[in-house]
Amino acid sequence: MATEVHAAEGATGYIIHHLTPLQAGEGFWTLHLDTLFFSAALGGLFLWFFKRAAEKATTGVPGLVQNFAEMLIEFVDNQVKDSFHGNSKLIAPLALTIFCWVFLWNFMDLFPVDILPLIGSMMGIEYLRSVPSTDLNATFAMSISVFCLIIFYSIKIKGPWGFAKELMFQPFGPWLLPFNLLLKLVEEIAKPISLALRLFGNLYAGELIFILIALLPWYIQPVLSFPWAIFHILIITLQAFIFMVLTIVYLSMAHEDH
Amino acid sequence: MSINATLIGQMITFALLVWFTMKYIWPPLFDSLEERKKKIADGLAAAERGQEEIILAEKKAKGVLKEAKVQSSEIVTLAQKRANEIVEESKDIAKKEGERLIIAAKAQIDQEIQQAKEGLRQEVADLALSAAEQILGAEIDKAKHQDIISKVSNQLG
Repeated sequence: MATEVHAAEGATGYIIHHLTPLQAGEGFWTLHLDTLFFSAALGGLFLWFFKRAAEKATTGVPGLVQNFAEMLIEFVDNQVKDSFHGNSKLIAPLALTIFCWVFLWNFMDLFPVDILPLIGSMMGIEYLRSVPSTDLNATFAMSISVFCLIIFYSIKIKGPWGFAKELMFQPFGPWLLPFNLLLKLVEEIAKPISLALRLFGNLYAGELIFILIALLPWYIQPVLSFPWAIFHILIITLQAFIFMVLTIVYLSMAHEDH
Repeated sequence: MSINATLIGQMITFALLVWFTMKYIWPPLFDSLEERKKKIADGLAAAERGQEEIILAEKKAKGVLKEAKVQSSEIVTLAQKRANEIVEESKDIAKKEGERLIIAAKAQIDQEIQQAKEGLRQEVADLALSAAEQILGAEIDKAKHQDIISKVSNQLG
């Protein structure tokens, strides 16, 4: 597959080349090495930064790193307190991780589209797609994890029977049980799919537009890519924020007993 | 673009990140935030208390000052009174002393006058005697005419 893609020349070839991940393995057991590498590296960056802040945490006057970390913590904590009224040790750290990680993923989009693949090709890596959120695997991995947590907490808080009752008898009462079940299942399954596809779609489209801009003559490129990049700063933050807030909302819904 | 094993890898990474954040990152930072919040609240409360205490202390100081003023004026009046008394007393003492001195001087003067008179009387008596001697030309026995002489000298006194 890779060689076929590489054979395509011109604009189409350039675009396809940019959107092809570096992979290893066959069939289902294919691994997108670039996605794995970049998301792990960015996750490491996130952990390193916050660990440094946590180690130096003082109740006195905070330093620059701690200040920034605390700003984020407070921001996330406010979001959690706004929509989640239970008591959970998991949700706030989960929300922080999602926000920071997704933001860092998305931030990779602001690097010039050619620079990382160019460095990669210098090191002998043929394909490199540096933005993990343009990989469905990455976004789905996160949303499916969140989905598992939703199911887990639904069962834990409401009990297996309570959860089953909610699936069967709501919203239209026991006489429309099959319809209720269908509706509820669609509702539940729509959560991870919408989470993953929203993030993926936004970032994929954004990246594609950067690639398209990169195909234009160099004197037009800045005129287009500069405003798009500024606009994109908003998008990447917004998408990270949406993912986080929806996760909190879904989990607080799972905690609410009707 | 297909779903594959990358998904699993990503889920593992995600789980590790969330676990690490939950265990080592969120609690210390959040605690320090809460603690600082508490510290600031305490500080503000303490500041307010301090302000109130200052007002109270000022009131107290004013009261003390007033009292001190009253006391000092009392002391001054007392002292003035006492000073007047002392002056009066000393005036009295001085007066008495002066009177006493005057009496003593008078007594001394009297005594001296008396002495002078006595001396003069003796001398006059002697003079009269010698004059009588010369006039009479005869010897007058002192012992014989003692009565006469003392009568004369008494007349002179």
